[in-house]
Amino acid sequence: MTVVERREIALVDLLDRLLAGGVVITGDITLRIADVDLVRIDLNALISSVNARVPSPWPEVSGR
Amino acid sequence: MTALRYVYALCFPLGAPLQEQMKGIGGAPTEELEHHGLVAVVSDVPEEDFAETPLKAHLEDLDWLAATARAHQHVIDVLTGVTTPLPLRLATVFRDDSGVRSMIEDREDDFRHALERLEGRVEWGVKVYMDDRQTDTAEDNITATKATSGRDYLRQRHTRTMAHDELWGKAEEFARRLHTTLSSHAEDARLHTPQSATLSRAAGRNVLNAAYLVARGRSEEFVELVDRTGDDSPGIRVELTGPWAAYSFTGLTEGET
Repeated sequence: MTVVERREIALVDLLDRLLAGGVVITGDITLRIADVDLVRIDLNALISSVNARVPSPWPEVSGR
Repeated sequence: MTALRYVYALCFPLGAPLQEQMKGIGGAPTEELEHHGLVAVVSDVPEEDFAETPLKAHLEDLDWLAATARAHQHVIDVLTGVTTPLPLRLATVFRDDSGVRSMIEDREDDFRHALERLEGRVEWGVKVYMDDRQTDTAEDNITATKATSGRDYLRQRHTRTMAHDELWGKAEEFARRLHTTLSSHAEDARLHTPQSATLSRAAGRNVLNAAYLVARGRSEEFVELVDRTGDDSPGIRVELTGPWAAYSFTGLTEGET
């Protein structure tokens, strides 16, 4: 096994957090990722990969 | 040009002023808007980019999205150095400061509870990859020994599939064990959807994509644990990212996914 610590943050890691995490607040301008017509291949795949509710092969374990 | 107010994060008032003026999206200076004992970190963004229609169009532009996401992350990163911010989802925009203030008033209890719960904690990302190239190499070797008959060919193909399945099973088992161990050393854990290889451009297949909430003071220990947990499994790679602000643990994302 090798453990790699990346210095440069990969965009996909960032978007995992910025598009699927963070506090959701309805601002004056509402951004609903689901409403956005995502036509660009990369981004389309990205959003579905971030938002897809793929069942995990094992139950989610909580620390406590 | 009309400006809108982009909100990056909420936090408790900073004890001391920031060392340096933070720059947000488009290089605009950030401001701390204090209201009801909470601070919203905001900056001006141009309406022609962040009004509903242009924003939708921009989101289809990966370069624009990347630049915006990095600018957002930069602000969160600087804040993480001095406090424990509650990061907001990308592109939370208000017409003016009074919109930001009423947002704070509407949910101040939620924000306060979340901030207290996350105080002094950071998020670590851990991903496990199964390195497909291992079996691909085996595949090449097999192809090199030329099949002499149909039966031979089928047997070789079978061996190849077996090798792949075995590695897959091993990687899953490894990921499950690692996740259990790390969860028991973290205060909370979240599983993200495994990343597609086309997007991450990472080698191999992403088996685990998890986030762990860890007290700052225990982070060194956690990182060492990630380093140590490996059992020299060939074909398996572990990647660590962080420390992140607790994006995956705000507990205030319902109504979205």
